[in-house]
Amino acid sequence: MSEPLIESAIEQGGGGTDFGHMRTEGLDESHGVVLYVEGVSVSFDGFRALNNLSFSIDIGELRCVIGPNGAGKTTMMDVVTGRTRPDTGRVYFGQTMDLTRMSEAQIATAGIGRKFQKPTIFEHHSVFDNLELAMKANKSVRHTLFARLASEEGDRIAAMLDQVRLTTEADRLAGELSHGQKQWLEIGMLLMQEPRLLLLDEPVAGMSDEETERTAELFLSLAGRHSLVVVEHDMAFIGTIARKVTVLHEGSVLAEGPLDHVQNDPRVIEVYLGR
Amino acid sequence: MNGRQTSTLARRIYGPRAWATLGLFALVVFVVFPVCNLLAADTSPLHLSAYWVALAGKIMCYAIVALAMDLIWGYAGILSLGHGLFFALGGYAMGMYLMRQIGREGQYKSDLPDFMVFLDWKSLPWHWWNSDQFWWAAVLIVAVPGVLAFVFGFFAFRSRIRGVYFSIITQALTYAAMLLFFRNETGFGGNNGFTDFKRLLGFEITLPSTRMALFVITGATLIVSLLVARYIVTSKAGRVLQAIRDAEQRVMFCGYDTRHYKLFIWTFSAVLCGIAGALYVPQVGIINPGEMSPANSIEIAIWVAVGGRGTLAGAIVGAILVNGAKSFFTQAFPEYWLYVLGLIFILVTLYLPQGVVGLLRSLQARGAQTRGTPSGAMQAAGTQSGGTQSNSSKLSERQA
Repeated sequence: MSEPLIESAIEQGGGGTDFGHMRTEGLDESHGVVLYVEGVSVSFDGFRALNNLSFSIDIGELRCVIGPNGAGKTTMMDVVTGRTRPDTGRVYFGQTMDLTRMSEAQIATAGIGRKFQKPTIFEHHSVFDNLELAMKANKSVRHTLFARLASEEGDRIAAMLDQVRLTTEADRLAGELSHGQKQWLEIGMLLMQEPRLLLLDEPVAGMSDEETERTAELFLSLAGRHSLVVVEHDMAFIGTIARKVTVLHEGSVLAEGPLDHVQNDPRVIEVYLGR
Repeated sequence: MNGRQTSTLARRIYGPRAWATLGLFALVVFVVFPVCNLLAADTSPLHLSAYWVALAGKIMCYAIVALAMDLIWGYAGILSLGHGLFFALGGYAMGMYLMRQIGREGQYKSDLPDFMVFLDWKSLPWHWWNSDQFWWAAVLIVAVPGVLAFVFGFFAFRSRIRGVYFSIITQALTYAAMLLFFRNETGFGGNNGFTDFKRLLGFEITLPSTRMALFVITGATLIVSLLVARYIVTSKAGRVLQAIRDAEQRVMFCGYDTRHYKLFIWTFSAVLCGIAGALYVPQVGIINPGEMSPANSIEIAIWVAVGGRGTLAGAIVGAILVNGAKSFFTQAFPEYWLYVLGLIFILVTLYLPQGVVGLLRSLQARGAQTRGTPSGAMQAAGTQSGGTQSNSSKLSERQA
């Protein structure tokens, strides 16, 4: 459908940054699967946000997750990133890393990046500083207290500024950016961490049509080198990027498969698309 | 494109004018005060009396505390209402040594401090071990506030206690310590605390030269503290701290263990307070549990709010302004001081959310804007958006 677009996007994304090929230490991807979620349940004060949820993400896959409000999409991301501990079930990153036993910072360092629904950036820092703080590096207090920006690191930040089209805004305070630019900055911050798996919660919310289109290009260029999980309501956007779609409903998987297959599933139509 | 362009507002916190001001300050502390106090004759119009030296020395101690408060509150967004405790602990550590330096010149002519004789104690309690050694006092001045802050912070930050809950717990901590120190059995002189000091390192504590030496050391400590604090806030670690203040979740998901950063700055801040307290006690000549009262700790926050949070210089300016006003009002209209203080705090909160330094900066930027300097305009935009942002983030923190 948009094949030439994708090609150019890949070239663009590939120029200057080779973050995708870096192998995260300790991550065992020998079975071709980057994330396992098995039988996960989470309750908040009696409300079952996740109910025996199971799915897995392959290496390099771009997975879209849809579902009505309250289906458990955000809770699923909270569990994977260590913000919420599951009551039961197992969550593994690769073959060996048990995410339910790791802190948020450890999970992030291991190679999982997360974009929040509301763009969450450091508003009082410059765009440049935002990317610098996110960059993969030694993140202990002792190290950052004496750290100096190496020229190679500066080049990586410059390349990322270029990729997320914020080069001219590098010295502006992040809080002054437009909503769409903030979304892009946050995506850039995620990429600076060189993650293996990216979790993106409504990444195109509040973006203009043109920005949405460019975001789709970016994601397609990232898939293959990173694994992406995109939670979105914008069905048009899903239509442009989706390969495999997972439909959540009441905390568990209702249907999974190619978009047209899922869209024609009568159960999905009933709970979600039919409304 | 040059990847290393780092000319961002956060890193350039001091321009040439600020450095000149700092140089002027050093000149006043290291030259003007000693010369006018020690060399100028009493009758000379240039003579500075001991009163002014003591007042300025005291205020400089407060300025160090304000700096410590700005690091933790202005930069890391953690409002402590118990910083007076660390200040008092440093003061008590110094006070113990000063009490032992009195020797047998006390009222009861005993080896023990007077209050112990009064309580009919026969020997020093265990925690007075080695208290006649200055090096040991120096260790305690740093270690007691540092260890207490580390242990308290370790549990508080691990339990993810934030915002107003953290403030309330620190307030309770200093209040509990005050009640403990009020008891005679604690061994710190009860509600009278320590006073009647005679000597420090063998020097007569009332001599003008000793007092001037203490004054100069305090000034040097203040300047060094400012430079160290400036180094911290402009380092990458300092930018991480400010990021924690603005969006802690994002910092965690960037792979930083925010607890370590908070614990570091919290402990550093407490140690700085302890040092300030140790310098304060010999200059003021008394330390008692009143220093630990919650009201004192709240006052520290007011100094910083008045001067301007997150600027370092603002903390010093605020400490000088509020304490200058305090020494004037407590002499002229003693009964009105607390009302004035409350009024200052309300007015600053309503009309000067960025404090005096923020006001000066925006005036300066406005001047630059009318002259058409783009950098000035950018700075104005920065301070303005900074103001609204910190308010809204404070609000969301409360709601959370």
